[in-house]
Amino acid sequence: MPLLEVNNLEVCFGLRSGAVKALRDVSFTLERGERLGVVGESGAGKSVLGFSIINLLSRPGHISAGNVNFEGKDLASLAPEELRSIRGNRISMIFQDPMMTLNPVLTIGVQMVECLQAHRQISTSDAKRIALKRLQQVQIPSAEKRLDQYPHELSGGMRQRIVIAIGLLLDPDIIIADEPTTALDVTIQAEIMDLMLNLCEQNNVALILITHDLGVVSQVTQRMLVMYAGRIIEQGPTKEIINDAQHPYTQGLMNALPQMAIPGQKLNQIKGTMPPLQNIPTGCSFNPRCEYVMDICTKKLPPFTQSGNCLVACHMVADSQHGPQQEKLRSEEV
Amino acid sequence: MTEQNNSLVQIRDLYKRFSISGDLLDQLQFKGGKLIRHQEYVHAINGVSLDVMPGEALCVVGESGCGKSTVARTVMGLLTPTAGQIFYRGERIDNLSDKQMLPYRKKMQMIFQNPYASLNPRMTIMETLREPIRFHNRAMSSGEIRDKIAEVMLAVGVDPSWGERYSHEFSGGQRQRISIARALAVDPEFIVADEPISALDVSIQAQVLNLMMDAQKERNLTYLFITHDLAVVEHFGTRVAVMYLGTLCELAPTKQLFSSPRHPYTQALMSAIPRLEDDRPDYIKLTGEVPTPVNLPSGCVFHGRCPHVNERCKREIPALTLLQDGTQVACHGVEENRL
Repeated sequence: MPLLEVNNLEVCFGLRSGAVKALRDVSFTLERGERLGVVGESGAGKSVLGFSIINLLSRPGHISAGNVNFEGKDLASLAPEELRSIRGNRISMIFQDPMMTLNPVLTIGVQMVECLQAHRQISTSDAKRIALKRLQQVQIPSAEKRLDQYPHELSGGMRQRIVIAIGLLLDPDIIIADEPTTALDVTIQAEIMDLMLNLCEQNNVALILITHDLGVVSQVTQRMLVMYAGRIIEQGPTKEIINDAQHPYTQGLMNALPQMAIPGQKLNQIKGTMPPLQNIPTGCSFNPRCEYVMDICTKKLPPFTQSGNCLVACHMVADSQHGPQQEKLRSEEV
Repeated sequence: MTEQNNSLVQIRDLYKRFSISGDLLDQLQFKGGKLIRHQEYVHAINGVSLDVMPGEALCVVGESGCGKSTVARTVMGLLTPTAGQIFYRGERIDNLSDKQMLPYRKKMQMIFQNPYASLNPRMTIMETLREPIRFHNRAMSSGEIRDKIAEVMLAVGVDPSWGERYSHEFSGGQRQRISIARALAVDPEFIVADEPISALDVSIQAQVLNLMMDAQKERNLTYLFITHDLAVVEHFGTRVAVMYLGTLCELAPTKQLFSSPRHPYTQALMSAIPRLEDDRPDYIKLTGEVPTPVNLPSGCVFHGRCPHVNERCKREIPALTLLQDGTQVACHGVEENRL
């Protein structure tokens, strides 16, 4: 049994103008110790996915269908008290901006001890000892001094290290990291990513890395999901997707990277923008921007097709896999 | 450094510091029974000299807090330099009055990072674009202005019939196109772009970069392009200036900088870019954090994190020296031939 299994998850935001589905039919699995990347543009639903796994959605957002199975328990239907024993304890989350995560009026030490004591019956001095060990693990210089410091006394990179240390405090099984290095500089980003990679490997922690940076995903994760307009459009081993993306959107994303173009020449761009979630086109949601668009793409939602070790939601890929016979069948359906 | 009189913009020995100690009352302190005035400064730029050649895209890169945006703003005259000079086509512009500056403002325009903040939410797109045109071309009739607005809107790929809409009705990419249109509206020669694509998504970044490159070709523009994204620089820049803690570490033609970076900081920066490669390449690990620009380190500003540091680096500030291959680098190690 996989560690985490998300089945047909649908997240709805009930607005005055009507319900907006931020996630539709999202299914994937995560094995123990696996590193999974979630990529997509802003508004694709990748952060909502991260939040909905541990049901951190706030009103008017809610899980409207599907389930999230963590070791056989459905987190989506768990009572708040039970969920609290899993959140932070078994599944912890790291957010983009460490200044928003850390409480500015409490010292680092108090925040770490609080987190430990919320989940374990443990004396303050023992908690401090664990906190210190974790701070040393994330390579914070003069860790002892940091316990008595406030977040504003530390630099951005240092704060993010502390957030990672807090995330690891209770030996979680899964860490969900939502753009953990976006607010940091490249040299610091490289250090932090390296650190997270090593810690996850050492402690056999599974990582869900949510990011828009394909470079980071390609270097850290083993498998990846590509999201577009609330759906997963492609998932599979990171190497396979990076080297040979099947979905036209994934291809477009890769080709739009400046390093993919000849210097001085035009960049390969995807025309248009992602549709707003209230107004998703019928059929494949990418069809207005796709250069290979066919008749069927505007009518029918593409099913997942196995291509190599990847699952791709694209009619073109389906046709190339199953040949004209399938094509005929499908045209009858339409 | 040789005097290049054919450059479009010359920055000479620029310094900019900001006081962070508040007003006079905040600065007064009691020390040993005496009332003394204590002032603290952020040293944002410390002796930067740069030449922007006509028709090029000079990229300035560096991490946050290295002073790259301050350089951009000082060149535009939005900030007054603490010391140093700025020349535009050989004419000194940093000490001009607002009125004397006016003809230069028409030739120099700026594009800002965040298109959500740089467009006035209470103005329609038409009004936003009309304002600079009318201001700089008093003699233009309203018909001519309307034609000009339509022309720049078409040039950036925004439908002119959307002129009556407000900026909140557009997506981030479209808004950035509109800010580019606003900069182009007065037919400038020189555009300073301060992180123009950082707030945009990858697929939109490509669209905006393409637009800026097209505009450069068609209008023969010169760019001073501020960014932290080295992948963009490699694609876009003619030359690259790398900054660290308010000083220039290295200045080189783009290709050369990417094939053979000389300054240890540039090397570390390059190796840290996450690339789409199968195996994680070894990157040069820098120890420590960027020091604060309030108390600048002595000697080379990079010495605290440099893997090749020696005694001289801690004492003496390295000067920018021109190497044989045309790279300019400020490093004692390179100068002494040990790097």
